[in-house]
Amino acid sequence: MIEPQPIAVTVNGARVRRFVEPRVSLADFLRRDLGLTGTHLGCEVGACGACIVNLDGRPVHACLMLAVQADGMRVDTVEGLSDSGELAALQAAFHARNALQCGFCTPGILVVAQDFLRACRAAGRMPSRASIRDALSGNYCRCTGYEAIVDAIESVARSQAEAALGEDAA
Amino acid sequence: MKARAFDYRRVASVAEALDAYAACEGEARFLAGGQSLLPALNLRLDAPDLLIDIGRIEALRGITLEGDQLRIGALTRHAETLASELIAAHAPLLTQAAAYMAHPAIRNLGTMGGSLALSDPASELPACMRALGAELEITGRDGTRRVAADDFFLDLFENVIEPGAMLTAVRVPLPAPGTRMRFEEIARRRGDYALVGLAAQLVVTGATVESARLAFCSVGPTPMRAPKAEAALVGRPLDAAAIADATAALADDLAPDEDEGFSAAARMQLARVLLGRVLSALMTREHGEMAA
Amino acid sequence: MSATTDSPNGGRYIGRGLPRPGAKRLLAGRGRYTDDVVLPRMLHAAFLRSPYAHARLGAIDVSEAAAMPGVHRVLTGTDFAAICTPWIGTLSHFKGMRSAPQLPLPLDKVVWAGQPVVMVVAESRAEAEDALEAIQVAFEELEAVVDLDAARGAQAPRIDADAPDNVLFRTRIESGSTETAFEGAESVAVDLRFGRHTAVTMEPRATLADFDPGEERLTVHQSTQTPYQFQDLYARHFGLSEARVRVIAPDVGGSFGMKLHVYHEDMAVVGASLLLKRPVKFTADRMEAFASDIHARDHRVRARLAVGPDGVFRAIEVDDVTGVGPFSAYPRTSAVEGNQVVRLIGAPYRLTDYRADLTVVAQNKVQMSQYRAVGHPIACAVTERLVDLAADRLGLDPFEIRRRNYVTEEMYPHTTPSGYRFERLSLASCLSKLHDLMDYPALRAEQARLRERGIHRGIGIATYVEITNPTPAFYGVGGAHISAQDGCVLKLTPAGEVQCAISITEQGQGSEAIVGQIVAEGLGVDRDAVRVLTGDTETTPSGGATWACRGAGIGGETALQASRKLKARILEIAAAILQAEAGNLDIREGAVTDADGRARMTLKELGNLAYYRSDLLPPGVSPALTVAHHFAPRGYPFAFTNGIHGSLVEVDVETGFVTLLKHWVVEDCGRVINPLLVDEQIRGGVVQGLGAAFFEECRYGETGQLLNGSMTDYLVPMACEMPDIVIRHVETPTKDTELGAKGVGEAGTAASSGAALNAVNDALRPLGASVSQLPMTPERILRALAVI
Repeated sequence: MIEPQPIAVTVNGARVRRFVEPRVSLADFLRRDLGLTGTHLGCEVGACGACIVNLDGRPVHACLMLAVQADGMRVDTVEGLSDSGELAALQAAFHARNALQCGFCTPGILVVAQDFLRACRAAGRMPSRASIRDALSGNYCRCTGYEAIVDAIESVARSQAEAALGEDAA
Repeated sequence: MKARAFDYRRVASVAEALDAYAACEGEARFLAGGQSLLPALNLRLDAPDLLIDIGRIEALRGITLEGDQLRIGALTRHAETLASELIAAHAPLLTQAAAYMAHPAIRNLGTMGGSLALSDPASELPACMRALGAELEITGRDGTRRVAADDFFLDLFENVIEPGAMLTAVRVPLPAPGTRMRFEEIARRRGDYALVGLAAQLVVTGATVESARLAFCSVGPTPMRAPKAEAALVGRPLDAAAIADATAALADDLAPDEDEGFSAAARMQLARVLLGRVLSALMTREHGEMAA
Repeated sequence: MSATTDSPNGGRYIGRGLPRPGAKRLLAGRGRYTDDVVLPRMLHAAFLRSPYAHARLGAIDVSEAAAMPGVHRVLTGTDFAAICTPWIGTLSHFKGMRSAPQLPLPLDKVVWAGQPVVMVVAESRAEAEDALEAIQVAFEELEAVVDLDAARGAQAPRIDADAPDNVLFRTRIESGSTETAFEGAESVAVDLRFGRHTAVTMEPRATLADFDPGEERLTVHQSTQTPYQFQDLYARHFGLSEARVRVIAPDVGGSFGMKLHVYHEDMAVVGASLLLKRPVKFTADRMEAFASDIHARDHRVRARLAVGPDGVFRAIEVDDVTGVGPFSAYPRTSAVEGNQVVRLIGAPYRLTDYRADLTVVAQNKVQMSQYRAVGHPIACAVTERLVDLAADRLGLDPFEIRRRNYVTEEMYPHTTPSGYRFERLSLASCLSKLHDLMDYPALRAEQARLRERGIHRGIGIATYVEITNPTPAFYGVGGAHISAQDGCVLKLTPAGEVQCAISITEQGQGSEAIVGQIVAEGLGVDRDAVRVLTGDTETTPSGGATWACRGAGIGGETALQASRKLKARILEIAAAILQAEAGNLDIREGAVTDADGRARMTLKELGNLAYYRSDLLPPGVSPALTVAHHFAPRGYPFAFTNGIHGSLVEVDVETGFVTLLKHWVVEDCGRVINPLLVDEQIRGGVVQGLGAAFFEECRYGETGQLLNGSMTDYLVPMACEMPDIVIRHVETPTKDTELGAKGVGEAGTAASSGAALNAVNDALRPLGASVSQLPMTPERILRALAVI
């Protein structure tokens, strides 16, 4: 009989301690043990991107990681990133542009988009539509046809770039 | 789609990992980035008794210059490969290839060593290692040995690592002056496994191709070198005629299998087209010539 | 960025491109999908599935599995046969149709690879899967029926031993004399093949059944479009009281027609909850989704078109053979798609002579049924390819030949040779609008210029006519318990706000958003004051729900009329209080006003009074502020829409790869309620159609195994490969309703593959090549070009 193992993970800023079976994925741990159902399972093989969360600040597939592997690490899900306001600009743009329909893929897309925009900001780069599409290459959306998602991310990138220009000027 | 039960142990050193493997009475697997292992577990295609998590072994990290080699630790994430200035300066083939590897989130966990140890002929890094003439560092309980990439891959998902040993680093020779490198692949969708991929490294001195290493993904059970096509290039200028000869020679180098989704003939056609396009790009030094 | 403009015919809310109120919740990860629902004492189900496409079922040994940790029950076919009556996927208006009766789990035979055979109910999904590995089943493999043509052969093994052959349904449509029409005419012909697709909703199917034996009450949380349909089915097949069956569709992660069919697992989950008297959940994983969600398409259509030297069409003949699953799906059958193919071919054009044959053949593959745009993409591609071939034969431009042959303005109402009646279409307006939108002459000039440089671009267009707003003519007349009407209950709360419970459902397309807009406008209140509730049979009136592009047209009209009713009630009460004539009052921005707009009392004041001080109302005036309205269209059997797509592609003739450069749509769905949502319905639909055109195909091996049943192998179109899509509208409201809206959910899918087919063939034509099979994979294009 395989024993559950103790883990301590900082999830959305709060330190949580649980015993988990080694076979439990980070996604199932978040959903089942912590009730963080904003992390969605669409394929469980890392293809669809619906389960993507931030691990120590970088997007990873929660279905391709074991909960025990995350011991001692920081995990941020769509719920936490919403509460903290980090996703606010993207969420507002997605809402205005209707860049989601069923919403199942959306949490993963937001996490990926946020990381992409962070990299653009760091590089002082205004991304092209093609590069936005490229950043989304691991995220399935079956409802929107992607264009609205690209539009929404582009609009946040533009505000971000304009804000940076403003700072430079000041 | 839930994995079969297994035990899990996280280790802090290579020695501890090797000991844990040796001590396991059933089947053990080393877990690095897990981006190929986890899908296999979730699908119950693989069901080990023990996972040995080597993901936090500091000694397996790091990208360093060592003499005339660039040493890349096995735990180097694909995202780190993509971002590394050392790799961009000395092995830009890997930088180019990393951009084709799956998707951003996968690149944040997937590792150099994991990809090579899996030895999937459809993935990019095995072909790159052959094109670069790299050495792979394998550590077992009896010590560390180095194996040339050309001797490392044995068959589909098979290589020379003995059970219980692990890949700890790769060593890429620093490029000679005149070295040109290019990686390209053709896939149905961005980030999909390539239908055909090509890692190419040429050394061009003056107008003459001095050496050529061409390694293809997805055309055989291992990453495939193309010796006839390479020979067709060496000792002559890299011009349209040489490229035509090389692409013509490819039929003698490769014999891809029939695949339900994609026929051997189509795959050969793509390999020829890709070779022609990569070589044409390499005709101009802007595409991949190394600083002397 | 493509701007969405408000409809020129709009009002305060109707016609406005407003964001969806419900989307904020989803954006914050606060969606609640079926798998997110956790109930006390809930158990999890997993299924052992047949590895064979066709096999006799022998002994099943579950003893070891039943004893495994966490396992509560292992169930087989006989357990369910005792509590569930079989279902048969036929409709009486499809004369002569037959299909084998189905039970949740099979008793003696399996008929597709992936069919559930044994069910394990355990504490966790993982433990249920562990137990599956300990079950022994003796299968005796039988020869599988796989190939579409071979399935009809005399020597073909029969899937249903009680049937004479594998043909489930045959029909012929005949109008005029095609034979005469073809005499002396030019004719062009196609032999087109369309691959099998599947919906690949991001959220897989999920069902959580909870039976309470105390009240004999069954509650089912289910990822479905049609909760009322399942309420009826569960009650009838398990012998329960319909009033005690509650089906709740919480947030649904995509459906596209896939989540309104009966699946064996759903019936098994309900049955298991009845047997175990505990909540039982089943969520399909992605492998199971590919092996059990309905598939669609899979047609081979041979057709020919007769055309006069003047470029005027004379006749079309069609032979459509479609391979479906081993039986016909329930309750909508597997014949509707083929039926719509043979009825829609040629629909936009003036034709009197038409003949079409349809044969629906059983195969040992996943069951097939309605998926987004049912039949339309096939009919459109066949028709529009024939039209392009005719244009080519006669040296006419594709725009010109269409202009010459469309049904014209003075012909409405128009009846097609297949019997469809069009109230009014806008074919010529859409055509000329597309011509301008694409800047067609410039595209042709650019194409010629690039061709000289060895760059092969193709331009294709495709016209569609789409079936929306169905009446009972669709299913009801065939005996199916599928409602064509919708119900809406509107309530003014004591605080003067509005709650709206309606029978159309939400899967992200914005049903709730448009109903909110319609009610707010109809009533004269702020949209924020309207809360819309859907997807629960216990709290909403029964109705048809959301499918076949009916939500906006039928549900929207229901909501509009309900709001009129509630407005009349409010004004009656207000008139009594204000001692005014109701006819001289109005409601604007949440207040009862005089006819000139001067506010007399707020709805809050009115609500407070009616609920808390009804003693102040005159004796004859009811305080009721809840109204119900039901509506079903009574005029035309369907409200047909139309539109046209344009596609610009570039073919790499060395690799066979196609780059999609741009896609245009000009569409007419009648009154546009929310252009933002309409445009996104179209874009999403276009991309699903482009998936069919280039990527998606369920490939089967010789023994009936699905070879690419995973997200890495079944190629769904993704961001990098899809083009930007430009959309414009023409509005021809239906006069059957006050609202004037028709459906739009399928318009994107209906013609995008046809336009792409024409575009690729336009690129290939100078090279003497053509493709006639979808998806147009690099392999098929290389073969067409004789490169390999």
